[in-house]
Amino acid sequence: MIGLGHYLTVAAILFAIGACGIFINRKNVIIILMSIELMLLAVNINLVAFSQFLGDLVGQVFAFMVLTVAAAEAAIGLAILVTFFRNRGDIAVDDANLMKN
Amino acid sequence: MTDLSIWDNISFAFPEIFLAIAAMVLLLTGVFLNGKYVREIGYGAVAVLVIALFLVNFGTASQDAVLFNGAFVTDGFGQFSKSVIYIAAIFAIILSDRFMDRERLARFEYPVLILLSVLGMSLMVASTDLISVYMGIELQSLSLYILATFNRDSRRSTEAGLKYFVLGALSSGLMLYGMSLIYGFTGATTFEAIAIAADDANRIGLVFGMVFLISGLAFKVSAAPFHMWTPDVYEGSPTPVTAFFAAAPKFAGMAIFARVLVEAFPAATGALSDWQQVIVLVSILSMVVGAFSAIAQKNIKRLMAYSSIGHMGYALMGLAAGTSQGVSSVLIYMTIYVIMTIGTFACILMMRRPEGMAENISDLSGLAQTRPGMAIMFSALMFSLAGIPIFLGFFAKLYVFMAAVNAGLFVLVVIGALTSVIATYYYLRVVKIIWMDEPAPEFERDEGAGVKGVAILSTVLIVAGIAVIMPFLNVAADAAAATLF
Repeated sequence: MIGLGHYLTVAAILFAIGACGIFINRKNVIIILMSIELMLLAVNINLVAFSQFLGDLVGQVFAFMVLTVAAAEAAIGLAILVTFFRNRGDIAVDDANLMKN
Repeated sequence: MTDLSIWDNISFAFPEIFLAIAAMVLLLTGVFLNGKYVREIGYGAVAVLVIALFLVNFGTASQDAVLFNGAFVTDGFGQFSKSVIYIAAIFAIILSDRFMDRERLARFEYPVLILLSVLGMSLMVASTDLISVYMGIELQSLSLYILATFNRDSRRSTEAGLKYFVLGALSSGLMLYGMSLIYGFTGATTFEAIAIAADDANRIGLVFGMVFLISGLAFKVSAAPFHMWTPDVYEGSPTPVTAFFAAAPKFAGMAIFARVLVEAFPAATGALSDWQQVIVLVSILSMVVGAFSAIAQKNIKRLMAYSSIGHMGYALMGLAAGTSQGVSSVLIYMTIYVIMTIGTFACILMMRRPEGMAENISDLSGLAQTRPGMAIMFSALMFSLAGIPIFLGFFAKLYVFMAAVNAGLFVLVVIGALTSVIATYYYLRVVKIIWMDEPAPEFERDEGAGVKGVAILSTVLIVAGIAVIMPFLNVAADAAAATLF
């Protein structure tokens, strides 16, 4: 029997992978965008699992809101990425150090 | 909870609806005018914000009500916060006027994006539901990401925008994960229901969610240890955008911080001790990071970034008290901080030489000889940021310290006093450079009436503030804070 705990564990693992993807990755900003999506989807798994467990629809409504915002966020992230690429010709994270960190 | 019809709901939410429609109208106007009349669209945005300010304080929206099944409220706290946010946004648009022309950035999207982010802030300070908090914060953040990248042909601006976006999205993720846990362990998303359910809920899961939520919000107000983005974003963004970043979103972030913690985790359910220690820790770290990291800075915008991190620490000190007096002191602190910060950035916008904007602290040397008026304003603002008595910044600190003492947070107060002394060093160093050093080449004198006016206004306010705004601010903040308890 797959219970609430299993879903929460999967979501926690996905969330941790997403968070690590942002910090460990040094090569490519696109991977960071994917990691962000992964984190938001992990939250959605959480919300839907809780919603089902509690028998309460609010969690699923919340999940839809998150999906919508995630789409808008991806659009803006890619737009910023394009201007970034136009200005320097690559999208490596390591090179984003024009200002002293 | 009263049952309002849909039309009642709309009439209470009218300032926000007006902002949303006005932003879209200005956007369409800008597109149809095809890049002409950019300045007029900026004036239009200022007019919209003035009308919204009027609606919030004198229209139907000035009465207390619970809207949209508990997702939003109109109350004294929201009214106070929205007023400060609208005024800060008005000044951000005024500050941009001449700068954008000269940097060839004059595009109509700037005031429209400011309006949209103000709409997000306006919604988030009035939210009493996790879903609406999230939507408000995202509307604000998504507009701010674009504003940071506004100078799209500059490598520094795009890099600032990218960093802000990545770390902002990470913080949204953390906050959202916290919200999902809070929802899961209480079965509710409205603050009221969370506070009721918190009594018998699974305590550990709830505290876990709360810590994630606090981390996400700390990111938005740039409190340490979630402050990494601040210096780079402040330095890379165009200066009027930085002025806006330092003022309105900080106030909105701190306001929703107070509302979430006080309404969803009230002292009555015993949740106060859970979040108090987290806030105390974040506050101490912010004050220490703000005091020590700023010392070595050479760029005035980076200095202001670390200064703002430190100031967030002091504001959080008031919040850590968890009392009505504490929340009132946070509101007073943040209002005064907004006045000081906007004034300082107006002065920074005056630092222009024929070859471009001067941003190094050393560019200010001998300012007292080349431009005595600007030197006096800059020095007064630095004294006020340091919290030296008679200036308004001192009273801001006084109120948070008093609130923390009354709540028994003595360690926090001692650390706050010590870091405040250290912070005074780097503010006074700027004053020393202005008055004692050999003069650098003079700055140009055509910063425009808007920038000059804002600088003079905020200097007058911080010098004469004890008589002019303190009595009024005190009463207003107390009344606003009382609505949360």
